[in-house]
Amino acid sequence: MGLATHDIRKHFGTIRANDGISFTIESGSLHGILGENGAGKSTLMKILSGFYEADSGEVDLDGETLDLRSPADAIKVGIGMLHQDPLVFLPFTVLDNFVLGSPGPQRLDRSDARAELERVSGELGFRFDSERLARDLTVGERQQLEITRLMWLGAKVLIFDEPTTGISATQRDQLFLTLRSLAENGLIVLFVSHKLEEVEELCDSVTVIRQGKVVFEAAMPITSEVLVEKMFGKVFVEEDRDPAPFGAPVLELSRVTIEEGTTHIEDLSLSCAAGEVVGLAGLEGSGQRTLLRACAGLLAPSSGLLSVDGNNLNKASYRDHLAAGVHYLPAGRLEEGLVEGISIAEHLVLTSEDTGFFINWDAADEAARQEIDDYSIKGRPSSPAEALSGGNQQRLLLAMIPDEVRLLLLEHPTRGLDVGSAAYVWQRLLERRSDGTSIVFSSADLDELLRYSDRIVVFFAGDVFAMRNVGETDGEELGHLIGGKVRG
Amino acid sequence: MEATLNSIIAAAAPLVIATMGETITEKSGVVNLSLEGSLRLSAMTGFVVAFWVGHALVGFGAAAIVGAAIAAIIASTSIRLKLNQIAVGFVLTLLAADLASFLGDSFVGERGPRVPALPIPILSDIPFVGKVFFDHDLVVYGSFLAIGVTWFVFYRTRAGLNLQGVGERPEGAFARGVKVNTLRFWYTVLGGAMVGIAGAAYSLDVKLGWRETLTLNLGWIALAIVIFGGWHPLRVAFGAYLFGALQVLAFQLQDVFPGLAQVLPIAPFPLMIIALVFVYSSGFRRIGDHFPRLRNLLGSEAPAAMGTVFERE
Ligand SMILES: Nc1ncnc2c1ncn2[C@@H]1O[C@H](COP(=O)(O)OP(=O)(O)O)[C@@H](O)[C@H]1O
Ligand SMILES: [Mg+2]
Repeated sequence: MGLATHDIRKHFGTIRANDGISFTIESGSLHGILGENGAGKSTLMKILSGFYEADSGEVDLDGETLDLRSPADAIKVGIGMLHQDPLVFLPFTVLDNFVLGSPGPQRLDRSDARAELERVSGELGFRFDSERLARDLTVGERQQLEITRLMWLGAKVLIFDEPTTGISATQRDQLFLTLRSLAENGLIVLFVSHKLEEVEELCDSVTVIRQGKVVFEAAMPITSEVLVEKMFGKVFVEEDRDPAPFGAPVLELSRVTIEEGTTHIEDLSLSCAAGEVVGLAGLEGSGQRTLLRACAGLLAPSSGLLSVDGNNLNKASYRDHLAAGVHYLPAGRLEEGLVEGISIAEHLVLTSEDTGFFINWDAADEAARQEIDDYSIKGRPSSPAEALSGGNQQRLLLAMIPDEVRLLLLEHPTRGLDVGSAAYVWQRLLERRSDGTSIVFSSADLDELLRYSDRIVVFFAGDVFAMRNVGETDGEELGHLIGGKVRG
Repeated sequence: MEATLNSIIAAAAPLVIATMGETITEKSGVVNLSLEGSLRLSAMTGFVVAFWVGHALVGFGAAAIVGAAIAAIIASTSIRLKLNQIAVGFVLTLLAADLASFLGDSFVGERGPRVPALPIPILSDIPFVGKVFFDHDLVVYGSFLAIGVTWFVFYRTRAGLNLQGVGERPEGAFARGVKVNTLRFWYTVLGGAMVGIAGAAYSLDVKLGWRETLTLNLGWIALAIVIFGGWHPLRVAFGAYLFGALQVLAFQLQDVFPGLAQVLPIAPFPLMIIALVFVYSSGFRRIGDHFPRLRNLLGSEAPAAMGTVFERE
């Protein structure tokens, strides 16, 4: 009894997203599917739930071979999936989201459906106001709604694709409890993640996927070292901080006041020398972004002095900042950093220093191929930006940074990236630093801040709250400072 | 008063049918931008066929086929060839409008059959209400039916919920086993057929006979009414009646202010925009936050996936 796949294959263009995947999962188990971004996890899950049709291969459930041509087929045999972004209908009510797609007579009996919603959600320990709009639910509640719906439809296999992205820590704990009790009740629960800790915490067994192939299968517990090695095919060693001395100050802020919305950074004096890394800590929206934007020239300080390499940039435009060697990488990779629908080669042409009227596409392609190699981007010169995974988008953004940069401003440089991609990003950034570039970055990850910064600036409620040199503080203190408390 | 209301309802009937058709189409996620051309070509076809056969009903059938065929082109080029719906719709508008002028030229001035009046027995004898609502013909009763059925299907049936899901988030609908592109195709064809019927209603019912300017600008107005009507059948119907009222009013005022004869016929257009801007305002929507039952009616959100192509992968 259980779920098995045999030699599943699926390609998109030249990318082999699933390259012969076979595994078996017993009923009543909580099974982890682990793999870095782009490994092919979502593709495999979409095949299991009928969303994609496999090129070849077979899926068996309880010993019977399934004919999965559409999600309707999968639902019929009891396979349900929660997509990475819950596929709810935002302007519809909870109740309408619950019934949409369910079998039954044409005439909708909403009071009947409401009773069913209450019954099933009650069994699962969830509570919904059936008249609320899905838009007003948190991501965690949207997941609960989807779980309720799939259970109501009689799911025997439940697939969760990266369900912990975008939900709070409490919601995560609640989700894990739910997953465990579902598995204990005899369901097959597939938990897909690129986060090692979560699989370690939750799963009974694990399948590791790398580049579309199964590379490892085992019952938990397995040590993290082994899992990391299986996921990435190599071991990561933490690099020691390179104790190169700082150079002359690059970024200098003196008594700068910046206002934006509720953010009010007052009288900030800060300098960042060549080869120095300054980390900006704080809860989302505490002012880190405002400071970065001001340094990038996207926002003018209302008073004070802002200079780069001694050049006063107080009322200077974004272009002047660029000319002064300032480069800003915003958090919204696809929204602010890259252009959707434009290829890797075109991005590199856009940012190249070549100002001729005509574009030599052969040379551009060649240059793009070179950068793709240099930065190990998974894609072709003609791949559009939105087709790249988060890690590869970040690599492209790194490739677009001009050579002669004095000051790099980075907003959440590794957010959403797996360990491998994050390590790669920092490897490239630290190379820049060794060349004498100053780096200012914001992050929500305390380990990242402590590992890479020379100095940490903590923001709270729209202003700078504290500054620490990195040897003088630890994660615990930072945690307190971020919450606006000085350790007593 | 009774007579004025009666004529407003009669004058607005074709617009009601056309806007209901377009509402259905757009709710499923497809934009049929060809209304201006579809209305004109179907008005011409409906008239010419009815003129030949000597029977209004046959004319309506032919017009429905013309509207459905244009809609089918938009739906299939979008679904199969991934062409942009707006571009295809716009080209079809120009093509259909010119084709109507060209083919219909020799029929200008002819008189064809008309839809017979059909007061509903008993109901039409009710004072006031009877005269306003039940002293009409089949086209007007058809427009009532179109509003009622569209509303009922949208908000009271599974088919309607699926229809809205397909236009809102096709991946979500698909993941729940709904056949996204099949539904989109057939709802677009149905909407187009209704636009065709509306076209024939102009040449066989509202005004008898065919001339080039018969439905001038009404297709664009219908598209605007659907938008300002927030894709809700009742609000869209309200928009259509408002426009009908402004038209009747302008017509009657022409006698009172003969000097304004040039201006009054176009007055409904800007007035319509002003009225609809009010209905579209956010204050209107905020009422909905307090009365959840009215939320659908007062909201004015476009179906999120409108105009997009759904591909499985
Ligand atoms: N619809 C698609 N079209 C083209 N390429 C795709 C599509 N979906 C996934 N891919 C590619 O297939 C590979 C596997 O992707 P995916 O299954 O989403 O990985 P994961 O979920 O493990 O991050 C990636 O290289 C990705 O870019
Ligand atoms: Mg994925």
